[in-house]
Amino acid sequence: MNQTWQFKNKFKSLLLRGGRVIDPANDFDGVADVLIVDGKISAVKPEINFSAEQEFDAAGKIVTPGLIDMHVHFREPGQEAKEDFLSGAKAAVAGGFTTVATMPNTSPVVDNAALVRAMVKRAEDVGLVNIKIIGAVTKSQQGQELAEMRDMISAGAVAFSDDGHFDDNAKIFLNALDYLHDTGKLIICHEEETSLVKGGVMNEGKRSAILGLKGRPTVAEDIAVARDVLLAEYTGGRVHIAHISSARAVEIVRDAKNRGVKVTAEVTPQHLTMTEDLVNPVDASTKINPPLRTQKDCDAMLAGLLDGTIDAIVTDHSPHAPEEKDREYIYAPSGFPGLETSVGVLFTELYHKGKIDLKTLISKMTAEPAKIFGLNAGTLSIDAPAEVTVIDPEFVWTVNAKNFYTKGSHSPFIGRELKGRTVATIVRDNLMTLNKNVF
Amino acid sequence: MSNADAVNLLGKSIIGIENFSAEEIRLVLDTAYKMKQVIRRGGNKKLSNLRGKAIVNLFYEPSTRTRTSFELAGKYLGADVVSINSGTSSIVKGESLRDTLKTIEAMGVDAIVMRHKAEGAADFATQVVEPVIINAGDGAHAHPSQALLDLFTIEQHKGRLAGLKVAIIGDILHSRVARSDVYAMTKVGMEVHLAGPKTLLPRFFEFDDVTVHEEVDDAIKNADVINVLRIQLERQQAGLFPSTREYARVFGINDDRLNLAKDDVLILHPGPQNKGLEISSEVTYCERSAIHDQVQNGVAVRMALLDLTLNGGDLK
Repeated sequence: MNQTWQFKNKFKSLLLRGGRVIDPANDFDGVADVLIVDGKISAVKPEINFSAEQEFDAAGKIVTPGLIDMHVHFREPGQEAKEDFLSGAKAAVAGGFTTVATMPNTSPVVDNAALVRAMVKRAEDVGLVNIKIIGAVTKSQQGQELAEMRDMISAGAVAFSDDGHFDDNAKIFLNALDYLHDTGKLIICHEEETSLVKGGVMNEGKRSAILGLKGRPTVAEDIAVARDVLLAEYTGGRVHIAHISSARAVEIVRDAKNRGVKVTAEVTPQHLTMTEDLVNPVDASTKINPPLRTQKDCDAMLAGLLDGTIDAIVTDHSPHAPEEKDREYIYAPSGFPGLETSVGVLFTELYHKGKIDLKTLISKMTAEPAKIFGLNAGTLSIDAPAEVTVIDPEFVWTVNAKNFYTKGSHSPFIGRELKGRTVATIVRDNLMTLNKNVF
Repeated sequence: MSNADAVNLLGKSIIGIENFSAEEIRLVLDTAYKMKQVIRRGGNKKLSNLRGKAIVNLFYEPSTRTRTSFELAGKYLGADVVSINSGTSSIVKGESLRDTLKTIEAMGVDAIVMRHKAEGAADFATQVVEPVIINAGDGAHAHPSQALLDLFTIEQHKGRLAGLKVAIIGDILHSRVARSDVYAMTKVGMEVHLAGPKTLLPRFFEFDDVTVHEEVDDAIKNADVINVLRIQLERQQAGLFPSTREYARVFGINDDRLNLAKDDVLILHPGPQNKGLEISSEVTYCERSAIHDQVQNGVAVRMALLDLTLNGGDLK
């Protein structure tokens, strides 16, 4: 099967015919046509009578606002062997994502306005999708001194994060929350208390006990989430919990939300659907931070999504060069690419198994992340930028690294047969399609 | 024995005892018994079983007993054996494990005996290259030849394995010996008790026929066998116990403590010992100690593993 994407097909006007349109931001779910003119949503209603330059038969497909991924690693600057903005943007298109936000743990760290400006410019040059820039909270992400966050906001940074590790210094973290308070910008927190996960490569549990691999216990995450929620409550600042994975941490966030703390949370497809039982030290694909947990934790992630404790689904797209992952488990870097498998995994494991309704699922990937970041995106409102994703929910395919657009090669989803796939991704005046599937 | 005749390890890699059947364990022990006769007969120990076979010992970690005994085991069986130490090879130039294995394979070797810090490294090797891989220790995961020689030594002294009560004392958390012993001993019907400071016991370590104790005395009560594990001194620096002095007093195996075990208790230690820490000198050298036998049995068991995997165990 031809699995290649066409990345350039500019149009003046485009009519998406007869798809099931799911637009959670407007509380809409029904069969309708979507008309795009001059890069903007022009109309969403049944049987639009308009002679568009191009038409796309969306019958049997799901038409949603362009998906948003708040948490990707595109590795620029400095780690282009793992990924760059172009390969990352293509992977985003192939996954149905029209907006992504890149984490700053690069080389050097994106911790100043000059670098943010350079990356914003780089994103514009690459085009294809919207790439938003997240800046570091502290200089070089060292957790010692605050980075120039106000300058970075002026340069276009959308949020701040020392993702990759936890800021152990509570005073610096409190200062960061205070300093950002009146800007409304959020801090995205990697929640694993450092001393408790030092040297750990997988969840601390039954599997690590047998394998002899050093563990990263859930309590490390729970402590970190509890501290940051308390500091958010104390300062009135905004904290966003990155890739939540522990059942207890979900409870902590739920309690905090009930108290009115400004906390939001995200979860990945892998933490929703995979457990420590998949860890086999001959293959570092499953090595991620925080690690794959247990079924109890997966169940808590789903419950958190459904009751609103968890606001967004992100991929934590973390590609590495093949030779970096193709080595001893304890030495391989953590992370794997997720943009191109996210929709397939979520549809296969959650939607098709009846665990989540489509509107909730799509909302967690469109309207909710847009709201958290304050982006004019994630909606099919009239005159909104035309960012649209078309998903074929019945598309059966097998994940094969050879077909990846990311430079990352190792993923625990490789070899999986999935049902559900993005077949078209529209960004303003560009209709990008799988298999040149244009009608 | 009749079952043992049906099993066969020819061409198989030895990664961990978890993959062994009770029959395969029996086969190794029976073969090792024959090998021990060869070692002890004096005169010419050299067999021709593995003549024309090449074995590489690939050791990424320091070792005296395991490396030397695998090397001698191969040589007694007539194989050509080369030992590679990570410190004096291209590994220090940053060569990846995959490339090092491929390089060794390209030279035409039949088996690679491997010791590595990373759990899963030996299993990884089986996915990368064709030769038989013998795991001589992978991180805290497994040390199958040690577990087999422990069984062999116990059987030599006790005449049986099933029904015996064994206590494994010390740093279970970081111990590949303990993990392999647990599989080996439970598969042959022994009752296993583990003890050590809670900081050195793995959480979530759940096995049938294995009891975890926090008090050493509870574990060694009426024990037929006590296996004392080595305590690495850096564990104290990592804050896992306060001092070697206190460890020796609370968790060390000494004469007083031995009184709790059976009179004919057998003492094992994988070596090297920290005398006065996990085990006292008197216990190390007492008549109930089989620590010295373990070393000789190590050669016999490793001969058995090499012969069974490379030659099918057909003693010539």
